[in-house]
Amino acid sequence: MPEARYRDALNRALGDAMAADPSVVLLGQDVGAFGGPFGVTRGLLSRFGDTRVRDTPISEAAIVGAAVGAAMSGLRPVVEIMFMDFVTLAMDAIVNQAAKARFMFGGAASVPMVVRLPHGGGLSAGPQHSQCLEAWFAHVPGLKVVCPATVEDSYVLLRAAIEDPDPVIFIENKALYSERGELPDHPVCAGIGHAVVHRPGRDVTVVTYGASVARAVTAAESLAAEGIEVEIVDLRSLQPWDEATVLASVARTHRLVVFHEAVESFGPGAEIAARVADAGFDELDARIVRVAAPFSPPPFAPALDQAFLPGPAQLIAGVRRVLE
Amino acid sequence: MNRGQKRVESRPADASPAAADMLGLYERMYTIRTSELRLANLFADGAAPGFLHLSVGQEAVPVGVSAALEACDTVASNHRGHGHVIARGLELDRFFLEIMGKAQGYCRGRGGSMHIADMSVGMLGANGIVGGGVPIALGSALAHQVRGNGAIAVAYFGDGALAEGALHESLNLAALWKLPLLLVCENNGWSEFSPTSAQFAAHVVDLAGAFGIGARSLDGNDVVAVAEAARSFAGELRAGQGPRLLECVTRRIRGHFEGDAQKYRPDLAAASLDTDDPLSRLSARLLGSGVQAAAIEAIERRVAAAVEAAVEAARCGEAPTFAAALADVYSPVPTHA
Repeated sequence: MPEARYRDALNRALGDAMAADPSVVLLGQDVGAFGGPFGVTRGLLSRFGDTRVRDTPISEAAIVGAAVGAAMSGLRPVVEIMFMDFVTLAMDAIVNQAAKARFMFGGAASVPMVVRLPHGGGLSAGPQHSQCLEAWFAHVPGLKVVCPATVEDSYVLLRAAIEDPDPVIFIENKALYSERGELPDHPVCAGIGHAVVHRPGRDVTVVTYGASVARAVTAAESLAAEGIEVEIVDLRSLQPWDEATVLASVARTHRLVVFHEAVESFGPGAEIAARVADAGFDELDARIVRVAAPFSPPPFAPALDQAFLPGPAQLIAGVRRVLE
Repeated sequence: MNRGQKRVESRPADASPAAADMLGLYERMYTIRTSELRLANLFADGAAPGFLHLSVGQEAVPVGVSAALEACDTVASNHRGHGHVIARGLELDRFFLEIMGKAQGYCRGRGGSMHIADMSVGMLGANGIVGGGVPIALGSALAHQVRGNGAIAVAYFGDGALAEGALHESLNLAALWKLPLLLVCENNGWSEFSPTSAQFAAHVVDLAGAFGIGARSLDGNDVVAVAEAARSFAGELRAGQGPRLLECVTRRIRGHFEGDAQKYRPDLAAASLDTDDPLSRLSARLLGSGVQAAAIEAIERRVAAAVEAAVEAARCGEAPTFAAALADVYSPVPTHA
């Protein structure tokens, strides 16, 4: 199968969506002439012109607010916020305007916009350029929250997000942009809300998403050498999240670890653990364990960053706890 | 019936065309006034729950601005938006149904006074966030520009929004991209419970000028002046000349919300309809131009009956169900999901 980098899969998804639908427009700081701070929008300005590929000033509130109004008026805007941390400046547009429009206006309004947010640490980018804030958005009724783990899903889920009639928070992990993976010539499109079993295994279910999926694979391979078979469920989206696939996996393994880069307290893992403890209670043979970042801002120094970022070693320790 | 308020009334035989136009403006302003005063009664009686922000005394602004709008244009409003939506031609029945919390209202009882919207006529919503509608109108103007449909977008905001960062960002973006955006600042002198002078260090016309946005300040209680200025600016917008800003100086007669005793207002005696009522001014102008008092009274009777009929229809509306509300948090699932 042909290979591509994550950033190129995202680029192809944007280009294909724009070619298929003239109402798709791109907005963001340096998405045009510069090709995007992480190179995701490279070449799209020359292909589609500056009416549809708009370099914006550094005005997150107005850009995302404008995307809401544009989406209500016939466009499908895709906004890039340079780092997820900067989305704090656009929260009114996302939380009070976009998320509520359909409900608040009696089901008669639709806000088909995508906000692309690069998250994640491990790059010594420091406390304001590394955060994983996805739980904030998964907590807001009306938003969908997507986070691809693979190159193919970067394409498939971004196309699905752009086609979706509701506002979608599309989260990309900065550490993945240059990584390579398989990308078919004609990826099969799918809607949002379906998890996949990334790696089957009989002993423990590890539910995760985004860049943590690859870290879980590393841990699973190490544990497999000891005869412990981990099943990895890649959520692909946090809102909605695929409870049925997770429960089916727990029904096979009877043990659950939730693993993510976002901080543990009140993180996505809390919701998943609580739902499985309720709906999957009879299937559980052990406590549910969360493996996630400590309750701290992301640090800068590599030594601190490595201690903060939950990796394979922490996950292996978590798996051992549910096997005790 | 209510849809008829969008059209200029058929003119009396003895009136000039200008007088006929003015009668149409009068009918729309009188509809807003009567509806809002009726809402004040309904609120006092407990039939209109939640918060109500009335625009009594400010009716000339939306009626004048709406005279310049076409069906393809879009409007984003604010928390004091009853006049904006009625002037845009929304139906009175569904307006009252919504504010009285009924299932047949514009928002099916989920929005209320601060969120009246009708996408089918380009009414992108009143808004509970001060300044929140301005970027939405900005984006709508962007959509008009991208689609090349010749439409314009209107952002109504009060002087209270002038200190919001989103407004400043929007002015910059609108000017950079020469968007067909008409910014209408209704300066009623009060930002909630504080005078504008305590909130904003600049002047809105100067602010617009800093971005090269053509701007005018005028008497917002003179509906004919507002309509003329809005038509002039709308023409420039449709010609692709970039955004324009209209400051309409008016007065807030009632409280920030219904039930606000306004004890903080030293200007309360001066800010009364006896001093400056846009409806009385237009009425006097109509009489001066030869329109018979009977023609004005006929409009007033017709509007009063229409408002009363809408209130009665709203009283008969059904209570919404939460199951239906919950079904609209998200769109129906896409087909390939």
